[in-house]
Amino acid sequence: MPRLHWEDFSSGQIFDCGSRLVSREEIVGFAAEFDPQPMHLDEQAARATFPGGLIASGWHTCCALMRMLSDNLLADTSFMGAPGVEEVRWLAPLRPGERINARGTVLETRTSRNRPGLGFVKFRFELINGSGRTLMTLVVHSMFGRLAARAGAEPHTQSQP
Amino acid sequence: MKFFEDIRVGESDELGRHVFTAEEIKSFAARFDPQPFHLDEDAAARSHFGRLCASGWQTACVLMRLLIDLRRREDDARRARGEAVAQLGPSPGFRELQWLKPVYVGDTVAYRTEVVEARRSNSRPGWGVITVRNSGVNQNGEAVISFVSTAFVECRSATPPSE
Repeated sequence: MPRLHWEDFSSGQIFDCGSRLVSREEIVGFAAEFDPQPMHLDEQAARATFPGGLIASGWHTCCALMRMLSDNLLADTSFMGAPGVEEVRWLAPLRPGERINARGTVLETRTSRNRPGLGFVKFRFELINGSGRTLMTLVVHSMFGRLAARAGAEPHTQSQP
Repeated sequence: MKFFEDIRVGESDELGRHVFTAEEIKSFAARFDPQPFHLDEDAAARSHFGRLCASGWQTACVLMRLLIDLRRREDDARRARGEAVAQLGPSPGFRELQWLKPVYVGDTVAYRTEVVEARRSNSRPGWGVITVRNSGVNQNGEAVISFVSTAFVECRSATPPSE
């Protein structure tokens, strides 16, 4: 049985979601596959661009966070995916060789109106670099299976708006 | 990229189609989103999705790739005509990303982008900020992804035209 279900989350909880070293090779490799712009591909070419140096694709930053969450928060939970992401802010660039730390705060939890087997957990995640600078914030509504549904204890669950 | 001055609210581009193969779905998931329902057919069959489906991040990243490819082709054509090319700057972020339907193995997603807002940047003279709605529909005409993103685009002239 998973270690954490929807019932285990409550507003105000803070989760340390680990750290990850992002190499130049990883930045360039991701960009070549998904976001081949000069600022993500090549130091020389990046110098002439708006950021003035090689930086990771914002999508890469999102994917790196997703991997950190998968390994350090969602593994061994009843995670069921997410219907979307409310907002992502790329506040400062992620540069080659930086170690990033991820932290998640539970903003709210609610049950599902139509699906008693799951509930939503709204998180704000922050990616922070070694200097303590927040590089990205991401607000997401994640779905988790409910322990009550698993146990069959609450066949007529009261839904919240 | 077009210069900021040449971009009009309401204009749109078809970005092309992408077929999501099992191999690609699993490869992406293994690197960035290792959930059982993105990695393994049997685990996916037991999940609420019912079948292997792509990471939502992959659905978004494929859109980004098609968008950049289109802008590059357009820029090559501009250069071939001897025209100047504007720089596409970084993006401050996006909002309202919705994964409306799962993208299942074998699905074909057609992507599109539409300009919804355009203004000059207050913080960066010589740059404009455009807001676009990006979206994708599957082979059955069902919307699978939608989000609103912003990006800096270079202006042809550093000062706005006088009224």
